[in-house]
Amino acid sequence: MKDTNVIQVENLTKKFGDFTAVNAITFEVKKGEIFGFLGANGAGKTTAMKMLIGISKPTSGNAKVADFDVFTNSEDIKKNIGYMSQKFALYDDLTVKENITFFGGIYGLSRKKIEEKRCLLVEELGLHNIVNELVGSLPLGWKQKISFSVALLHEPKIVFLDEPTGGVDPITRRQFWEMIYKASNNGTTVFVTTHYMDEAEYCDRVSIMVEGKIEALDTPKKLKEQFKVNSMNDVFLKLARNIE
Amino acid sequence: MKRFIGFIKKEFYHIFRDKRSLFILFGMPIAQVMLFGFAITNEINNVDIAFFDKSKDATTQEIINKISASKYFTNKQMISNDAEIESVFKKGNIKAVLVFDRDFSEKLTKENKTSVQIITDATDPNTANTINNYLSSILQNYQQVINKQMKVPFQINPETRLVYNPELKSVFTFVPGVMTVILMLVSAMMTSISITREKELGTMEILLVSPIKPFQVILGKVFPYIFLSVINAVVIVLLSIFIFKMPVEGSLFLLGFESVLFIINALSLGILISTVSSTQQTAMMISLMGLMLPVILLSGFIFPIASMPLPLQIISNIIPAKWFIIIIKAIMLKGVGLTFIWKETLILVAMTLFFIAISIKKYKIRLE
Repeated sequence: MKDTNVIQVENLTKKFGDFTAVNAITFEVKKGEIFGFLGANGAGKTTAMKMLIGISKPTSGNAKVADFDVFTNSEDIKKNIGYMSQKFALYDDLTVKENITFFGGIYGLSRKKIEEKRCLLVEELGLHNIVNELVGSLPLGWKQKISFSVALLHEPKIVFLDEPTGGVDPITRRQFWEMIYKASNNGTTVFVTTHYMDEAEYCDRVSIMVEGKIEALDTPKKLKEQFKVNSMNDVFLKLARNIE
Repeated sequence: MKRFIGFIKKEFYHIFRDKRSLFILFGMPIAQVMLFGFAITNEINNVDIAFFDKSKDATTQEIINKISASKYFTNKQMISNDAEIESVFKKGNIKAVLVFDRDFSEKLTKENKTSVQIITDATDPNTANTINNYLSSILQNYQQVINKQMKVPFQINPETRLVYNPELKSVFTFVPGVMTVILMLVSAMMTSISITREKELGTMEILLVSPIKPFQVILGKVFPYIFLSVINAVVIVLLSIFIFKMPVEGSLFLLGFESVLFIINALSLGILISTVSSTQQTAMMISLMGLMLPVILLSGFIFPIASMPLPLQIISNIIPAKWFIIIIKAIMLKGVGLTFIWKETLILVAMTLFFIAISIKKYKIRLE
């Protein structure tokens, strides 16, 4: 099972007028994999991800997500993916419980299913004391965890995480990565963008985007060997310098 | 459908948990109706006036008594020299002075013709005008009374009748205006703010990634405000009927239908505003500057459109509020049916479709 591709991208390109934000990228992601999508700010990773989750139309190229074409079947893609943005977007003026009910609802889960999922989440995350609190009053770390769980509520095949650890302390980041591993072990594919290079080490495979192109793609171990350095941070710096 | 209900439920949580929007939604309409109804008025009551009676005879005394006895004027002062006229105006309380010449009665009896001078304080032109009219009509009235005794061979007696608002109550013109302003404010501003809020928080992105369709998102955002605006309209109409004794001559059903039409028009404007603004603040500024001012100034709510310069008259045609005010005045005061206001109704429908069409187009562009 490990070898089936859930994301297949071929020469995917996005142009805004004369500016090419994403330049003919090609890669695939296997089922259950934790795929790190790295790049400096403005390298085009958010644009690339937006094309994959169906909210931005590619200019040219091919891409399949969960066996659906991004050009023709973006609605089917939406049912099969989860998404968590860098803002951990939940409704601040709704309680944790109401947020779970709402997001479960828009993914079409039955009331019973939502109830079930909620009880499970409360157990797993230890939400007993805060389930009826407004999300706005919770610390960032809690919002992040809940936001991730909400993205997984409808049991998507792939979950897209857009810089999921921004502004969070190292311990919470560590805990968050444990949640990611758990999801991956359950068979969910994780597609994660980040600019923390230490996090890149946790991924099964990483791609590094520079100025719209994928300049490197392999396991962290092989990449370090290839560039003859000790850390992903150095891989990244070396790549960026070569381009300049 | 179940998704949609969940969405609307969420929307109501937002509204009821935000004290500010609650206040705008329910506090403001009532406050505005009360303010406009009671405080702002074109009518004059108990205006202080002074008399400078150089003639001092039975006729002038009779006129003075007649004027002082009316509920519009209070005789505050008798003036005895010309310099005093200036000084009472400067003090500010006296709004008008009536001057009878020395030979007032003499002329009246000998030449059958005499004149009286009305001097008004025109720092407030509207009030001055009204005072002028009221005083003139009292004098005319008196003239008719004495003419009857004298048997003048030819005379034309104008018999005026003011239809639809015989007592010239200004609240009758303000209620339709206030209703228009409030529906515009609640519908357009509140929806544009609530949509841009989702953009600002990043939740709009989450919604767009989810299987819920963009038009369902918009409908879900708009629906609660249709509901609340209808409640508002009902509250305003009830207030105007029971507190200001405003009549509703026409059909309540038609009034309801037209109000819903106008609400939808305002909502589509709100959606349009939200497609061009990315923050709540921009949305609010555009709503306030772009909608509120024209609605108040150019819709005929406060200033009559007929007396505006031509360019402004032309501009007023593109303001939906103008047509809605015409419609509700016609229904509430004249009691007409759809046959008399179909043109205005059609204009509102066309405008609504136009706004919705542009919003859809803009929204798609944004998604690309």
